[in-house]
Amino acid sequence: MRRLWPALLPLAFLGLWTLAVEQRWVTEGIIPSPLQVARSWQRWIFGSPVKSLSPYSGTWLAAVLYSSRRVLQGFLLAAAVGIPLGLFVGWNRLVARLVDPSIQLLRPVPITAWLPFAIAVFGIYDASALFLIGLGAFYPIVVNTTHGVRDTNLLLLRAARMMGAGEATILTKVVFRSALPSIFTGLRLGIGIAWTAVIVAEMIAVKSGLGYVLWDAYYVGRMDICVATMLSVGLLGFVSDRALQLLSRVVLKWRTLEAHA
Amino acid sequence: MSDRAVVELAEVWKVFDTGGRRVEALQAVSLAVARNEFAAILGPSGCGKSTLLNMVAGFDAPTRGSVLFDGEPVRAPDPRRAVVFQEPALFPWYTVLDNVTFGLRTRGLPAASYRARVEAFIEQVGLRGFEAHYPAELSGGMKQRVGIARVLVMEPDVLLMDEPFGSLDAQTRSLMQELLLSVWERHQQTVLFVTHDIEEALLLADSVSVMTARPGRIKKRLAVELPRPRSLEVTTSPFFNDLKREVLALIREESVKAAAYGPETR
Ligand SMILES: Nc1ncnc2c1ncn2[C@@H]1O[C@H](COP(=O)(O)OP(=O)(O)O)[C@@H](O)[C@H]1O
Ligand SMILES: [Mg+2]
Repeated sequence: MRRLWPALLPLAFLGLWTLAVEQRWVTEGIIPSPLQVARSWQRWIFGSPVKSLSPYSGTWLAAVLYSSRRVLQGFLLAAAVGIPLGLFVGWNRLVARLVDPSIQLLRPVPITAWLPFAIAVFGIYDASALFLIGLGAFYPIVVNTTHGVRDTNLLLLRAARMMGAGEATILTKVVFRSALPSIFTGLRLGIGIAWTAVIVAEMIAVKSGLGYVLWDAYYVGRMDICVATMLSVGLLGFVSDRALQLLSRVVLKWRTLEAHA
Repeated sequence: MSDRAVVELAEVWKVFDTGGRRVEALQAVSLAVARNEFAAILGPSGCGKSTLLNMVAGFDAPTRGSVLFDGEPVRAPDPRRAVVFQEPALFPWYTVLDNVTFGLRTRGLPAASYRARVEAFIEQVGLRGFEAHYPAELSGGMKQRVGIARVLVMEPDVLLMDEPFGSLDAQTRSLMQELLLSVWERHQQTVLFVTHDIEEALLLADSVSVMTARPGRIKKRLAVELPRPRSLEVTTSPFFNDLKREVLALIREESVKAAAYGPETR
C-alpha cells in the first residue's frame, strides 16, 4: 500500500479517462483513450512491422533528440552567460546598477512574446529556437545566482580576507561556492523553462522536434499523438530535472552533511 | 625583535551612524601590545570589544585616532594579522584540511613547502584523523580548533581572537583554553584576545585591559604575573583570586553603569 500510494492518483485518473471515452461522456473521436495513446506511442517509438510512410511511425527518437539537443544547447548557453553575469551583478554594485535594471525590465516580457522578434531576426532556423530557449532559461539563472552571491556570509568574506585572499580568490573560492546552492535552484528553474520554450519555438520557429510534431499532429487530427507528445515532454522535463538534482547532490556534498547534522 | 609595540591604538574613537541612529562604540581607546605578549581585553558584551578587534584586523576603520601595526596605519585585512572569530567561520564546502591550508594556498605556496607544518598543527589541535571531514561533521569545539589551526599555520605576526570560546560549553571551553595555553607557550605568538570571561582572561593573558560599558574605554590595565607554563590549576591559587577580586570590583562598577544605560544591543 505504502509503495502504491503515489501511483493512486495517476491510476484513478487513467480509470476516469478510460471511462469518459468508453461511456462517450466526450464527443467521440476528439479525445483518444489511454489505450489508443499507448498503442500510437509505441508505434511512434518502435515503428510498425509493415513499412510505413506515416510520420508517426518510428520517428519518436529523432524528434526527442532534436528537442533535447536544442534544450541542452540553449540551457548551456543560458548558464554560460547567466552564472558569470549573476556573479558580477551580485558582487559589484556598479555592475548591478548598470545591468540589473535592464534585466528586471526585460524579464516580465513572456518568452512567447519574443517569437515574432526571434523569427524576424534569426529566421526559421535553430538560431531562433536557441535564442528563445536561452533567453527563457537565462532569467532564473542570473537572478538566482545574484541572490546567492548577495547572501554570502560576511564572516566568511572577512575570514578569506584576513587569510590574504584577493578579489579573484574570494569570487571563485568563497562567493561562487557559497552561491552554488542558489545557482542550482536557478538551473533547475531554467531547465524547466527551457522545455517550455523549446515546444513553443518548435511549434512556430522550426520544422522539427516534439513541438513541431505536437502542432502538426493537432492539424491532422491525431489527438493520440498530441497526448503522447505531451507525456514525452513531461517525461523529459522530469528526467532532466532529476539529473540536475543528482548533480547538485554530488557537487554540494557538504550541504547534505549539514542537513543531517 | 624590538621593544616597539606590534599593535598600537592611540586615542581611537568609533562612532556608528546607521540611519540616523548614532552609536558611540569606543571612546579614546589607547592600547599597546608588545611583541610576544598575550594581551587580553575584558569587558561586558556590547562594550565595543569586537569593534576594537575589527579595526586592528582592518575590517573597519576608526572614526578618529590611529590604529598602528608595526608602526604603520592599518588599512585593510592582512594575513600578518590573523583572526579567530567567535563563530568558527569555516568554509563549509571545504574539508578540514582544505580549510586549514586556505591561507597557504591563497599565498600560492606549493603544497610540499607546508605539508609537514600543517600536519604538525593539525596534530597539536587534536584534529588528526579528521582531515577529510567537512565542518558540518564536527562539534563546535572541533570547528573552533580548525579556526585556530588555519591561522596558526600562516604564522602571523599577531593573532586576534574575538571571544573564540564564547559559544562553547564550559567543559569544552576549559579544554580549549588549555590547548591554547600549550600552543601559545610553544610558539609565543603575539595575541590580542577579547573576552567577557574574567577567569579566561587571567588564565591566558600576560596583561588584562578592563573596558568600561558602552561607550567603551579602557578603564585599567593589569599585569598578570602568574608563572608559566600555566594550567587550569592556577585558577585556584590565592594570587589568581586576588587578581580576580580586583577585576570583579572594576567590572561591578561597570555593570551598574551599564544597567543605567539601558538594555545591551549586542
Ligand atoms: N556595524 C555596526 N553598526 C551599528 N552599530 C554597531 C555596529 N557594530 C557594533 N555596533 C554597536 O557598537 C557597540 C559595540 O559592539 P561590539 O563591538 O560588537 O561589542 P562587544 O563585542 O563588546 O560585545 C554595540 O552597542 C553595537 O550595537
Ligand atoms: Mg563581540
